[in-house]
Amino acid sequence: MKRILAAVVASFLAVAPSLADPVAGGRANVVIQPEPPSLMLGLVQNAPAQQVAGNIYEGLLRYDTKLNPMPSLAKSWEVSDDGLTYTFHLQSGVTWHDGQPFSADDVVFSADVFLRKTHPRFRAVLDHVESITAPDAGTVVFRLKSPFGPFLNSFEVGSMPIVPKHIYEGTDFATNPANNTPIGTGPFKFAEWVKGSYIKLVKNPDYWDQGKPYLDEVYWHVIPDAASRAVAYETGQVDILPAGSIENFDIDRVKALPNTCITQSGWEFFGPQSWVWLNNRQGPTASKEFRQAILYALDREFIRDSLFNGLGQIPNGPFAGSTRYNDTDLKPWPYDPEKAKALVKASGYKGEVLKLVPMPYGETWMRLAEVIKQNLADVGIKVEIVSTDVAGWNQHLSDWDYDLSTTYLYQYGDPALGVSRSYVSGNIKKGSPWNNVEGYSNPKVDALFDTGAGTVDPAERKAAYDAVQKILVDEVPNAWLLDMGMPTISRCSVKDLVTTGIGLNDGFKNAWIQK
Amino acid sequence: MRGTTFMKIATRIAARLAKAAVVLLAILVLNFLLIHAAPGDPAVVMAGEAGATDDVFLAQLREKFGLDQPLYMQLGKYVWDVLHLDLGFSYRQQMPVFDLLMDRLPATLLLTGSAFAVSLILGVAAGVLAASRVGKWSDTLISTVALLFYATPLFWAALMGVLLFSVVLGWLPPFGYETVGSGFTGIRRALDIAQHLALPALSLGLFFMAVYSRMTRASMLEVAQLDFVKTARAKGLSRAVIERRHILRNALLPIVTLAGLQAGQLVGGAVLTETVFAWPGIGRLMFEALTQRDYNVLLGVFFVSAAMVIVFNLITDLIYGIVDPRIRAQ
Repeated sequence: MKRILAAVVASFLAVAPSLADPVAGGRANVVIQPEPPSLMLGLVQNAPAQQVAGNIYEGLLRYDTKLNPMPSLAKSWEVSDDGLTYTFHLQSGVTWHDGQPFSADDVVFSADVFLRKTHPRFRAVLDHVESITAPDAGTVVFRLKSPFGPFLNSFEVGSMPIVPKHIYEGTDFATNPANNTPIGTGPFKFAEWVKGSYIKLVKNPDYWDQGKPYLDEVYWHVIPDAASRAVAYETGQVDILPAGSIENFDIDRVKALPNTCITQSGWEFFGPQSWVWLNNRQGPTASKEFRQAILYALDREFIRDSLFNGLGQIPNGPFAGSTRYNDTDLKPWPYDPEKAKALVKASGYKGEVLKLVPMPYGETWMRLAEVIKQNLADVGIKVEIVSTDVAGWNQHLSDWDYDLSTTYLYQYGDPALGVSRSYVSGNIKKGSPWNNVEGYSNPKVDALFDTGAGTVDPAERKAAYDAVQKILVDEVPNAWLLDMGMPTISRCSVKDLVTTGIGLNDGFKNAWIQK
Repeated sequence: MRGTTFMKIATRIAARLAKAAVVLLAILVLNFLLIHAAPGDPAVVMAGEAGATDDVFLAQLREKFGLDQPLYMQLGKYVWDVLHLDLGFSYRQQMPVFDLLMDRLPATLLLTGSAFAVSLILGVAAGVLAASRVGKWSDTLISTVALLFYATPLFWAALMGVLLFSVVLGWLPPFGYETVGSGFTGIRRALDIAQHLALPALSLGLFFMAVYSRMTRASMLEVAQLDFVKTARAKGLSRAVIERRHILRNALLPIVTLAGLQAGQLVGGAVLTETVFAWPGIGRLMFEALTQRDYNVLLGVFFVSAAMVIVFNLITDLIYGIVDPRIRAQ
């Protein structure tokens, strides 16, 4: 028997859709921060590029807030019992923004040729794929080498954007002039980009999902100063503040404004978790007792309540709360400076000064570094803060030149996509700030992550991931700080903005403005 | 006689230009080396932003940026290109650096030019007024306000301006170059841009306004003590004529020097003002290029700014000669 996933049902599981009937028309003004380097989503996948271009391009699937797949360019799909064959049936009547018809050939080209060359995260998924074929214009088949648990989670627009074959085939992708006027299949078309000022998207009148989108146009405003972004909302220039647009200490003031709604939904697919990198290779942090001491010494509730405005959850380990297979039986370690002191002593710490290289992503993160320094000083650990800019911080981490550092990473809903990369020994490589930077290496953990990824059976996966969480929580390769709360602030008259676990990144498909 | 003076000036300008070319080349090389000495490179930054990376991705980027070449090769190529008036390509922005600069230049010149004009005119006027009323309440008022402007950090003044005029009073737009998507044209558009310009130009101009007024006042008071002013007064000239023709003209030299310095920075933009007001100018371009290690853009901005400083120094020297013929004669 083939498992048929009832795709249509999934779309009803989304975040409370509004009960009123949508009305067409109007314009949304959104903050975009920072300005994306490019909107060609196949080439550039940083957060702001995804936020804008996720409305121009589409993936095969979307995901609801429980991470169940929903139809997008694929209207339905089947997985074979052995977990090796994934068959996608595509929507009919889809055209590219330049009027050319879309077909399964575009999907094969995107996955097999374009993204293989340009997309590091998708390249990792492709390692599990044996072949991608299009038996007919409306069907795409992925054959895997061996079962890969989270495969069905790899088809969202940022992970696998479908790009037009007729424009890119046989060209140098990076220098193709079409990159400046992106052509997708999505609900909005690229209209204009005045660098440093704004990006304008307009409604795609030929969109395959009839009747959508409702908005006529979306303007993304580039405002480089955080205080100015808050003012822009207060004075009505913009109506939507994506998470991270304003400083945390401004959130309370802004959300109290009239006609203002705030939601933390729309980030379930990304599940960002923040932690302190602990350099497992050298110095005091090479000792397990010392690392445990750090986790006990950090007052994470204070950090959440004072620095992050009470947003977010204290994690129970390396799996964010929204990530599948989080072992809910595990409880977060308490704040316990006495225990920390004892562990510091047991570790044989001789008063070495640790170098903390904080992530320079704004005020909140700098203050976080100060709290960490204070917390560790309280248990007798000496810390020196080394300030640098983003490029310098990347370089410090890529060269393993640090003792402590702060960061946050997306988990993409599944441990095999977003968690294992920071803990398996195969991912210890200089040159990236996002892999196993701490240098933790444990063959048992490697094997368990392999088992968890290499099957589609939920029970087997759960058993492997439960075991891995127990080991990691005991060994504390990194000190987990926060499953981050990501608030989207908007006028309450903007309806159905966040309806999926991907949130704003493809949110304007359903959004409408109440008159 | 006139011919020889002209020849002299022309020779002097030519000599200055030759020196300037050498200075410019030195600046170019120095900037290049300094920028490459900073930790991180554009590939690391882009990989960092993507939130995922592997060796292939980094190698691809480095090859694209030409970073896989040894440094001296990169330097040689860059200098060679600049000598051919080619400022290179910004892979991050997918545009030639020259086009990028030209895109941002009008906004920056409008902002810095307005601030320059406003601060010079109002500053000198206030200074003259204060000097002629020295010791009276209006002098005290002007001096106090000037001191206040002089001491106020720019970004704070800007934010307070936004708070008062945009948030509380609602008179002026808080940020941006024009109303986005308004479709205004002609006079209506010019008015719209002027409205957006008011706050940033004023807050940028405040500091220099204060400097000009303080300097004008001090310089005028100094000149007023000199013997020739007493002579003019003894001759029976009116107060207004003495102030305008004898004192102000002689007091102008230090102000010209300062104006020359400020004018040299016109093209470099104003990082803080442009950031707070989301003004799409060169200062922001430069700052973003710095954090992104977009070497070509950064070097391009530095190069054009350095060239402008040199040009304005030259112009300042020429203006000295007009203001004070004694300098020309030397």
